[in-house]
Order: sequence, then C-alpha cells, then structure tokens
Amino acid sequence: MRKITKALLGATTALTISAALPSVSQAAELTLCWAAWDPANALVELSKDFTAQTGTEMKFEFVPWPNFTDRILNELNSGGKLCDLLIGDSQWLGGSAENGYYVKLNDFFDKEGIKMSDFAEAAVNAYATWPKGTPNYWALPAMGDANAWFYRKDWFAKPEIQAEFKKATGRDLTVPATWAELIETAKFFNGKEIDGKKVYGAAIFTERASEGITMGITQALYANGFKYEMTPGKYDMEGAVNSPDAVKGLEEYKELYKCCTPPGYTDAYMGETLDAFKSGQAAMAMNWFAFFPGLYKDENVGGDKIGFFVNPKGTTAASTLGGQGISVVANTDNMDGALAYIKWFAQPDVQKKWWTLGGYAVHNAVLTDPSFKDSQPFAADFLVAMNQVQDFWQEPSYAILLQAMQKRMHDYVVADKGTAKEALDGLVSDWTEVFKDDGKL
Amino acid sequence: MSTANAAHSVVEPSSTSKRIAGAIVILYAVITMVPLAWIFLTSFKSPPDSISYPPKIVFQPTLEGYCNLFTTRTRQTPDYIQSLGAPTSTCDEITRNRNMVIAGASNYWPRFQNSLIIAFGSTFLAVSLGTLAAYGFSRFKVPLADDLLFFILSTRMMPPIAVAIPIYLMYRQLGLSDTALGMILLYTAVNVSLAVWLLKGFIDEIPREYEEAAMIDGYTRLQAFWRVVLPQATTGIAATAIFCLIFAWNEYAFAVLLTSGSAQTAPPFIPTIIGEGGQDWPAVAAGTTIFLVPILVFTILLRKQLLRGITFGAVRK
Amino acid sequence: MTARFRPSGRAVRPDAPASRFLVTPVTDTDTSLLDKAAEKAVRVTPAPLAFRVRGLSDRAIAWLFITPTIALLLAINIFPLIWAVYLSFTNFRANRPNAEIDGVGLTNYQRVLNDPDIWQAMQTTAHFVFWTILLQMLIGFALAYLIDRKFRGHAFWTTVILIPMMLSPAVVGNFWRFLYQPQIGLFNYIYSFFTGVPPSSFEMLGSVALSPWAIIIVDTWMWTPYVMLICLAGLRSIPDYLYEAAEVDRASAWRQFWSITVPMALPFIMLAVLFRAIENFKMFDMVVLLTGGGPGSTTEVASITLKREAFESWRTGRASAFAIILFVAVFGLANIYVKALNKVKQR
Repeated sequence: MRKITKALLGATTALTISAALPSVSQAAELTLCWAAWDPANALVELSKDFTAQTGTEMKFEFVPWPNFTDRILNELNSGGKLCDLLIGDSQWLGGSAENGYYVKLNDFFDKEGIKMSDFAEAAVNAYATWPKGTPNYWALPAMGDANAWFYRKDWFAKPEIQAEFKKATGRDLTVPATWAELIETAKFFNGKEIDGKKVYGAAIFTERASEGITMGITQALYANGFKYEMTPGKYDMEGAVNSPDAVKGLEEYKELYKCCTPPGYTDAYMGETLDAFKSGQAAMAMNWFAFFPGLYKDENVGGDKIGFFVNPKGTTAASTLGGQGISVVANTDNMDGALAYIKWFAQPDVQKKWWTLGGYAVHNAVLTDPSFKDSQPFAADFLVAMNQVQDFWQEPSYAILLQAMQKRMHDYVVADKGTAKEALDGLVSDWTEVFKDDGKL
Repeated sequence: MSTANAAHSVVEPSSTSKRIAGAIVILYAVITMVPLAWIFLTSFKSPPDSISYPPKIVFQPTLEGYCNLFTTRTRQTPDYIQSLGAPTSTCDEITRNRNMVIAGASNYWPRFQNSLIIAFGSTFLAVSLGTLAAYGFSRFKVPLADDLLFFILSTRMMPPIAVAIPIYLMYRQLGLSDTALGMILLYTAVNVSLAVWLLKGFIDEIPREYEEAAMIDGYTRLQAFWRVVLPQATTGIAATAIFCLIFAWNEYAFAVLLTSGSAQTAPPFIPTIIGEGGQDWPAVAAGTTIFLVPILVFTILLRKQLLRGITFGAVRK
Repeated sequence: MTARFRPSGRAVRPDAPASRFLVTPVTDTDTSLLDKAAEKAVRVTPAPLAFRVRGLSDRAIAWLFITPTIALLLAINIFPLIWAVYLSFTNFRANRPNAEIDGVGLTNYQRVLNDPDIWQAMQTTAHFVFWTILLQMLIGFALAYLIDRKFRGHAFWTTVILIPMMLSPAVVGNFWRFLYQPQIGLFNYIYSFFTGVPPSSFEMLGSVALSPWAIIIVDTWMWTPYVMLICLAGLRSIPDYLYEAAEVDRASAWRQFWSITVPMALPFIMLAVLFRAIENFKMFDMVVLLTGGGPGSTTEVASITLKREAFESWRTGRASAFAIILFVAVFGLANIYVKALNKVKQR
C-alpha cells in the first residue's frame, strides 16, 4: 500500500510541476479554430503549403458544430489565447467587433493590396463586414455556404418508381421545385422498400442544443416570404415573425418532419443527416454545401447516385445562409504570423486549390472562371443559392435570439407543444424582451 | 431470508439462500456490464459495422477506431491519393482504403495528457492540504471548528454551473481561463472539502497516545505528525486520494465551461469526436475505452480502500 | 524530505523556536545546521519555557495546517459566491465587458421566479430526482441485502457491480446515447429481442413520453452501486445479538426483516437518499450528453436551464439570481432533511 502511495505521490509531483511550467509557445506556430467538418480537414491539407512556404507550424482546433458556437464564444469571452485565427460564423461579427475580440483588417488589406472587390459581394457583406454592408472589415471571406438539398438520383431514375409516382401524383418524378412538391415527393418515398430496405422521405435538421432546427426551419420560412421585421431596422416583429406566411412555412416543416424523417430523428443536425443519407435510409436530405464535395466522393451513395438541388421555392426563392470568414483574434501572441496566413490565403492560386480540395472559395478568380459551373455537379447550384441567401439576426444578442428560437421551434415541431401560431407568437415575445433589454425597443 | 435460517447461526445464512442470492447478484452484475462490454466491442468495429442494423455481435475486428481516434482525415479523390506515394503506417493504409488521407494528429492525446496532469495534480494538492487541515481539526482546539467544518462541507452542495459563473469571471480577470493551473486549483478546492471530512475521520481514529508517546521521546509536534500520524493514516489517505482522483478525472461541467483547448480534459472532448458524418462511434468507443482503463485499474487495485472510503464517509456524515 | 524531521540520535527535545519554521523548504545542508541550532536552543531553554513554546507552537501549527485550506476555499468558493450574489442584483452580461453595469434590484429574482420555463425545469428535476432515488433505493437495498448473504465470491462481484459509478457521467451519457439509438442501438435491440416490438418503433431519447425515463434508467444503472454500498454498511452495522434475540423469541424472518433490519438500516438509507438527492438535483453532465434537454424541453433539468442562461444567453445577472435560488433551495432542503435524519438516529 505504501509503495503505491509513494509512487502516486512521485508521479503526481512530477505532473504538477510540469503543469506549472508555462507551455513554451513557439513564435512560428499558429492555432486556427474552426468547426470540425469536411472543409476543415481540407483546410488542414491546404495549409501544408503554408507551412512549407513559411515554416510556420499550423495547429488546429476543430469543434463539432453542436458545440462550436458555445465553445468558441466562451473562449472569446473568457479572454483565452487558444486561437490565433478563427473561422467564425457570420452572426458572431457583431459581438466580436463591438467587444474587440477580432482585429479590424482594413489597414492590413490596404497595405497588402487585398481588395474586397475580388470577392463575391454577398459573401463579403455576410462574412466580413460589421455593421452589415459597411466597408469595415473584420474578416476575410473564407468559405461560402448555404443550406441546400440532395437526393438519390438513382432512385429517382428507376422506371418503376417513376411510373408509380406518376400514378400516385399525376406528374412526373422530378427534382422538387416547390415546398409543396418537396413534401409530396418525401411522402411518396417514405416507407417504400427500395433495394430490399425500408427508406424514408427526407432527412432534415431537428437539432435542439445549438442552431440545427432553426437553420432547417428558416429554409421553409424564407421560402414562404418570412421577414424578421415589418420595417427593416425597427425591430417591429409583430405581424412579420408571426405572419400567416410564417405560420404556413413552419407548419410545412413540421409536416415534413412528422411524415417523412427516419426513426430516431429528433435531434439531428449535419452529422445525422449525412449518416441517414449515406446509410441509404433517406431519399432526400438537407445539408450545407460544405458537405457536397465529400458526399459526391462517397463510395456508396456518391457519384452517379447523388443529385443536388437548391432550396425549393414557396412564394419566394430563398436559402438559409451558412459560411464563414476568417478573422484574426485580437488576443493572439503571433499577430504577424496570423496576418501572414490571411495574406497567403487570399491569393487567387491558393483560393483555387481551396476549391479543388473541397473548400468553397468565394474569390472571384474562382467563381467567375468559366469552368467553375461545370467543375462540380453542385457548383452551379451553389452560385444560385449564394445569390438568394438570407441570414438570421446578426445582432450582438444573436445567441439569445437563436436560443429562444431553438426552444420554441423544437417544442412545437418535435415535442408537439401548441400550434405554429402559438410558437411564433411566443418567439415574438421572447425576441421583444431581448431587444427591450438591449435598449433597442 | 427463509426459516431455514433457524438451523444455522444467524450470521451464517443457509447455503440455499446464499446460492439464490449469489445467482441474482451475479445476474445483476452481468447485466450491468453489458453496456461496457458493448463499448469495448464497438471500439474494434469498422464504422459501417458499428452502425449496422441489426447490431452486429460477430464482426471482423479492426483497429480503424483507434486510428481514427488519433488522427484527422480528409476525403480526397483516388488520383490525389495516388499522387501521395505509398502508405507509411497501418493507420495510413486503413485510412486510404476509405479514400481518405491522414491530415494530421487529432487532439485526443493532448487532452488525455491534460486529464492526467489536472487530475493527479489536483488530487495531490487536495490530499496534501486536506491531510494538514484534517490533522489540525482533529488534534487542536480550533475556534468555531464545527462551523468551519460544516462550511467546508456545504461548499459541495452548490451546483457546479452556479459555481462556474463567478469562477469564469474571476479566471478571466486573472488570466487563468483555459489553463491547467486554473483547473488544478478549482478541482483542489472542490475536492479539499471531501478530503478534510474523510481524513478527519481517519485521523480521529489514530489514538493520540501514539503522538504523545513520540513527543515524550523527543519528537516535535511536526515530527510526530510526519513520522507517526502519516504512516498510520496511509490507508485513509489512499482512500481519499482515489475519491479525489475519480472526481477530477471524470469531471465535465467545469471543464466544458472553463477550458476550450489548451487545458481541456478528455471528458468534454470525447463526445466531440466525429467522423465525416455524425459521431464516429468506433473512435468514440476507442477513446472511451482508453479513458476508462486508468479508473478500472484503480478500482480493482484499490477496491478495499475504496469500499472503506465510501462506507466510512457515509457513516461519518 | 524526511531527513528534515528526523530527531537527532539522542533523546533531546528539539522543539525549539527554530523548529516551528521547518515547514518552509530547507536544503539538506541547512537541515543539519537547523538541527544543531535546535539542540543548542533546547539546551539553553529552561523546561517551563520549552513547554510554553510547544503550546504556542501547537496553535501555530493548527493555523498553519488549516489556513491554506480555508484560504483556498475562500478564494475559490466563498469569494465567487459573494460575487455571484452581487451580480444577481445587476444586469451584468459576461459577453459585454464594455457595457455599463447597472443595479436592477430584485428584478432578476422576480423574473426567474415568474418564468414558467424555469418552473418547468424544476418540475423536470423533481421528477428525475424522485424516480432515480426510488429505483436506486429499491434495487440498491435489495442488492445489499443479497450481498450480505456472503455467498462465495461476493467480494469479487461487489467490485464488478461498483464499476459504473467510477465512470465519468459525461462519457457514460455519451455512450448510452449510442445504446439508445432506435435502429443501431443495443437497448432497443435487446428490448425487441425479448418483447418482439420492432426496435425502430420507439425512441428512448426522442419521444416526449420516454425520454424522462431514458435518463432515469442511465442514472439508476450508474448510481445503484453507490446506494448498495451504503446500505451494505448499514446492514453490517446491525449487531448479531439482535437477530439472536429474535431467534430466541421465534420471530419470523419476515418480522425480523421489518422490525430489525429495516429500522436499524434506516439512518443509512436516509443518508443515501440525501447524497443522491443532492447529486441529482445538481445533475448536468449526463443529461446534457444524453438528450441535451430535449426533445423540446422535456428533459431540461435545472442545471441545463442555468447553463443556457449563463453561458449561451450570457445573461449573467439573471443566471446568478437563478444560481442563488438553486443553492438556497438545496441548502435549505438538505438542512431540514438532516434534522429529520438526526431524529431518526436518536430513536
């Protein structure tokens, strides 16, 4: 017994001492924080060139989406030194700019000749500016993204399924162009036996903890002409957020959830949606463009078996915005290195390689290249979607606004509480309280 | 349990009742172990096998989960993979068979190291401080001793999130956010209350006469403490240390709120191990298995102290 | 390390003033010097003074030993608590470091106490605490009773049973989420194996009806061993002569159980209830990893609500008010309970 205790004491003393020593941070090292997903791994691959050119070692801190906002905003708020570079969500710009968490990049851009006009305008507005649309840059657009759909092209092409669909609905089986068609198609596939397996209509976002269900529902809301305010900038949400259009959109989303999602689909976000599709359970699924390169390369459901489409219309053509800009964290110990990385990343050649490796470059050198549209089967859709994106609130209080929406929506859609109108009315009152607290109402 | 007891001494139940009792307990123990066994098995499955339906009990074991646990990978085209040259390791080969390349090391190992440093560091501190304080409370008349002891114990009743709010602000001011030192101090503070409480009990049991005899022989109080009391209290100290260690090793709420990377421990990290889609279950299972091993070893090696600590703590409180 | 405290060969009393400072680190060469100085001091110190020094030194040691612990607790437990009390009267937000902090009086407390979501969370917590304790007490006591039969190998099997409580609740929650998956998960599969119900026909974590039970099952799996151990300690504390006397009186086994075993073990059972209640009232990690509070807010226990207020909405002031209310509630209930427990013990 004593021996064990002594050994323990020895070991713990050694560990304590090593913990107390400050970790020697090398100047030639940068930590980049982002979400853990396909494009991030592609960025690791891309960054090997940066290390080769500059000798700066790159470290990466990737956090899965459900924890990403939570973790990184916590890190920024705590004044931590984890990240030198951060690829953060568009909605964080407001808070991060106002609290001085990000470095303002205007002077640096001017000095290095990096022009924002070289990047797609919608992307710059969404991922780089605060206040929105003003030439105050807090990030370099790193990755364009929007929420879109993909489907089993091989199933849609089966003659017997096409015939059956025609008989059931009276129209040809095509990629859904409207939300009504989307639901109809999902219902048609749901419960069918295909290749000896029971399949389901559509895999959609229902995640509760972070942003999942909101990002899914806004697809339906925006398509139905949803607006956040009656008059932009006035925060008068009564009549806009809970408009009949919004109620219709929300009901459509719930209908899709109730009729056609795979079992156990109560808390699903990007990962679960991909899993449902890859395991051959879902005929259609929603997800961010970010995953499409990986899906297309998938050995089981990729290639000829997969097709992609932009969010179907309701009364409006609209898509939910994703995507991020890359920012320098003001707290970094290696400012020069971090800026050097941005400078390197902004080069057209690097942006082109970024796109080939699986990242959605929004540099005009990539997007306006005549070969871009045909470079990938989803490239053309990407351009369409990026031209019709709408974003959630970008207010500094966005986290509270988002949380209220997550709760109201999940309670209504998944936990079956109340009606769509009640859920949206509740949301109006939650949001009103937030803006009152902020002194904006 | 039955009237058959009457034939025996009451302390010694009949053999039938023993056998029935044994059978039920063993059945319970086996059922309890099923989830753990499943996790262990899953760590040796390939990702498709891990999510197959119905769940596979017989499968081709692979190290893919362990490879995935320690690496990050990116899916690339076969042409790109061809251009890289021959695979350099088993993991490299497994990864390439899935049309992926290893992009770098994952953060599992650094997180595991953080767990080691923080858990052992805080345990060492908590037990050291706790032993001293327990001795102080046990042997000397400390003014307001009962109140102090109660106060020390009641600090454990606070929900961790409630404690974390002001700690978060304080650490932000002091620059202790996301540092191993900050976490060691915090865990020490949480554990020291239990340590004092348990150890006071153990030290109370050591007769004062031993020290008094030693002091008459010319030891000072400190010498008597070091040479006489401590050796007698080894069992108690070991039991207390295991408790502190288990807490610090397993803690999640503080870790997830107060660390983000540099000092993050394994528990907040393991649930965030994901593959291309959702959770990469074999990798999660592999990470879980590796993380559970130290605790299992401790439980088995030190089970007597552990049992004593639990029951003793209960009786005292 | 030990060399410092080794008394010199002869039976001298080296408890001279210098020895009081021996707790500060000294090098080996210093030690012999100090020892010599100490010996010298002892020789020149008259006996009564030496005793007084020892008395003084005792008190110094007492404080020396206790102070670090108290200081640490003051710095990391009490000071933050006071700060939280202060914050609970303000509109402070941790993610707006530059904003002005205004006092808002009792507004935060009013808002918390009038918030239906928070009452909902308290109800969820109460449901969770009640059922976990009930189940754990029943199974735990039964197991303890059986293990107390001392069948062959009971020590080994007791150790096996203990394993779940040694694990990290977060990691446990995470892998039970895997076991609960409706199609690929083991739980549904085993259930359907025995009942014939298709495994994908029910969702332990996703359904409003089942998810509160899903978290109760996992907590019970994990913590029954703990209750079992405490009950075992209680059973083993019952003196044999009571049973022997009962045998003499020809009391039936059933009667013995209710008139000796249960009342004698009751204080221990009540203690187990207390510990588990406090722990589960604070429950956070396991539930977060299992359900994240969902579906909707079905399993959103108080700690999750608190975490969302404090670290996602960053309404630090309001969250502090909620934290204080929770703390007072636990503390108050625990105190009342302990009084009841003491009464039971005195019987």
